[in-house]
Amino acid sequence: MEKFIELVSQPWPWWVAGPIIGLTVPALLLLGNKSFGISSSLRHICAACMPAGIPFFTYNWKKELWNLVFVLGVLIGGVIATFFLANPDAIVIAESTQRDLAALGITDYSSLMPSDIFTWENVFTAKGLLFFVVGGFLIGFGTRYAGGCTSGHAIMGLSTLQWPSLVATIFFMVGGFLMTHVFFEPLVKLVGF
Amino acid sequence: MSAVKEIEKNISLNGQPIECEAPNLQKSEERGAALLKYLVVGIIFGIVFVKAEIVSWFRIQEMFRLQSFFMYGVIGSAVVVGMISVFLIKKFNIKTIQGEKVNFQKKEFRKGQIIGGFIFGLGWALTGACPGPIFAQIGSGFTVVAVTLLSAIAGTWVYGKFSDRLPN
Repeated sequence: MEKFIELVSQPWPWWVAGPIIGLTVPALLLLGNKSFGISSSLRHICAACMPAGIPFFTYNWKKELWNLVFVLGVLIGGVIATFFLANPDAIVIAESTQRDLAALGITDYSSLMPSDIFTWENVFTAKGLLFFVVGGFLIGFGTRYAGGCTSGHAIMGLSTLQWPSLVATIFFMVGGFLMTHVFFEPLVKLVGF
Repeated sequence: MSAVKEIEKNISLNGQPIECEAPNLQKSEERGAALLKYLVVGIIFGIVFVKAEIVSWFRIQEMFRLQSFFMYGVIGSAVVVGMISVFLIKKFNIKTIQGEKVNFQKKEFRKGQIIGGFIFGLGWALTGACPGPIFAQIGSGFTVVAVTLLSAIAGTWVYGKFSDRLPN
């Protein structure tokens, strides 16, 4: 058992993680005719907590409770992986990425997220405004406008061979590349890196 | 609320009942303990996310800088496994554990997949997270990501508020 824990505590390679994520598609379909998609949970939260009479949020969200239970599971999975199966070593990041980020002032590579950004001290600063508030807003607004995220379009949509999902996936990548290569540097400088 | 009111509430202006994207297509109703199976699938999913370091902001940077194959391998192999699974379910007409026929939703093309997709891409590269990893990041102790989550919920709400005035 100890050997097993030691083994699974190592970072998992892509060819283990990818197929397990892919298996979520048939798992949800066969467990109860559920379509894999995570960003919908944000819509259900709006529908449950503050529908405000907006037609977009007046649907029977209780029928979609499974989706909220699912994302709660994802959060609990994060707790289990981090506190019981933690990798003792620092994350391995491509040297070229480290160099690029160091040039921008992001220098802490000791954990999954850079502490230069992801700390509570940054919440009420320009950094927090950019990375948490603006970033989060773009995710919520964009995924709902697109009708899905990486799970609903890139994985579920492509698995069922739907071309609108391919269009969405291509534009997810276009947005990401443009942010990383064009807007990222001026933005991080603007917020004080 | 009476059943009639409940139904009225779910009818939009054009007379069609409002549905979310990818609605629950199961005929039999599930509640309480029956929902626990989705918790288990979510937990496995969350563990994979963190153990493969997919939730790492750095992995997303590597991906968009084309400096690592890792994320392309994850998404690519997930899609291949998903495709094969869907093919097998259709080919052998595999039923759900409740014995229902598996339904697949057709996604209609809308301009939103281009505009919204692009907007989400910007946020993905900035936060290093799509909606799934947001939950896993919070679970792995980066509690400040709860602010990102709240803002994502606000973004969803604002989209809902103005959705009929946006090009679609």
